[in-house]
Amino acid sequence: MSAPSDAELRRLLLAALGQVAPEADLAALRPGAVLRDELEIDSIDVLNLAIALHDATGLDIPERDYAELATLERGVAYLRRRLGG
Amino acid sequence: MPSLGADMEAGTVLEWHVAPGDTVSRGQVVMLVDTDKAEIETEIWENGVVDEILVPVGRRVPVGTPLLRLRAAGAAATAPAPAAAPPPRPAAPPPAPPPPRAAPPAAPVAAAGAAPPASPHARRLARERGIDLAAVPGSGPHGAVRGSDLERAAGAPPPATAAPAAPAERASPLGAERLATMRSAIANAMARSKREIPHFYLEHDLDVSAAAAWLAAANAARPVTERLLLGVLLLKATALALQRNPELNGHYVDGAFRAGAGIHVGVAIAVRGGGLLAPALLDADRKPLPQLMTELRDLVARARRARLRGAESNAATITVTSLGELGVDKVFGVIQPPQVALVGFGALRERPWAERGLLGVRPVVTATLAADHRVSDGLRGARLLTAIAEALARPEAL
Repeated sequence: MSAPSDAELRRLLLAALGQVAPEADLAALRPGAVLRDELEIDSIDVLNLAIALHDATGLDIPERDYAELATLERGVAYLRRRLGG
Repeated sequence: MPSLGADMEAGTVLEWHVAPGDTVSRGQVVMLVDTDKAEIETEIWENGVVDEILVPVGRRVPVGTPLLRLRAAGAAATAPAPAAAPPPRPAAPPPAPPPPRAAPPAAPVAAAGAAPPASPHARRLARERGIDLAAVPGSGPHGAVRGSDLERAAGAPPPATAAPAAPAERASPLGAERLATMRSAIANAMARSKREIPHFYLEHDLDVSAAAAWLAAANAARPVTERLLLGVLLLKATALALQRNPELNGHYVDGAFRAGAGIHVGVAIAVRGGGLLAPALLDADRKPLPQLMTELRDLVARARRARLRGAESNAATITVTSLGELGVDKVFGVIQPPQVALVGFGALRERPWAERGLLGVRPVVTATLAADHRVSDGLRGARLLTAIAEALARPEAL
């Protein structure tokens, strides 16, 4: 399987975020915005996000890596590294 | 119409999941009800066969109004009405069909660009069906568009008795109207609480080093889907502490305390945009941690969509609120009537901790209790907080 493009990874991350924060306006999200502040997500949401990404990709994101999901930009870069881009 | 919250006065059936002739059993979700705070999947608490639906989709009725008539399974459909006679039904004829959509609306038109007055239900229907609200004549007060107006405008048969195809869960964004009605329901409950309940407050610092160490080790060995959060340990410890302090678990109704039949821990969940819901984790003292964690994650996800079930929306016998995520150390809460206590947890912090003549650094969480002095006093409250500390000191037993 070829490595997914950044655009695909971004879509994937946004879809997972959409499950966690269904009422958030994700289209307006800036790539560098801190998700915790921007979407008012808490630790349960972060765990749900990690689980949604696990369901979508099979990736098991350890707790120490949660900080890598702080922004869209960093999240895409992290997924690229983990998914072998 | 059941009461799905202390301050609920009326509700609107948004969907019927059953139709006449259907067999229903205790605990089955039979309808979706819109309260002022949320959409609640509401259960029935009897067994039988649906004889008649008494309240159509979209009509707002006061709490206590009979919604459907049941007969015992096996009884003839023509059996006489059961003891609870159906209410007299309004004989108002259906309003004349509205003019075709293309016709300019004769109803008062709001200032250009402004959204016409409409109920939250109507706004959501309009969004879902792509209908322009301004083109729909409203039959509500001041020409407000109601759900039924949209049903007619869309020419769609109202999804009344015919069992609708199971609707995909609507990820309904919480509109400004929903938040406004939710805010006013919160205002009523909190004002009533502070007016009627003589609160007293206690606080206690909890050394959570044992719990935090146990949690880190447990999570390292678990896949992401089974990971636990400290918050769920705090909830379980509170539920176990309540077993030994039942005066803090229950409701104060008609001038007397009624102990809860189970320990149903309401969890305060912030709804983005300024709302708050506190649905219950049922029998939290009897469930293992992984199950509680799964239920908590599910509860939070559904509360964010303001979509809950009846049993969890009004069952709480105590509330737990955790504001630690926001970095505050303590929360002095307001009791949610008719409950008699609220436990709050602040941020997890490393703090200097003196014990047996030695000063060290420990992870500490401050627990607070707000309790109803009509029902309990400081002694009982102190026992609850120390019991929580003891439970957390033995995390393997949680």
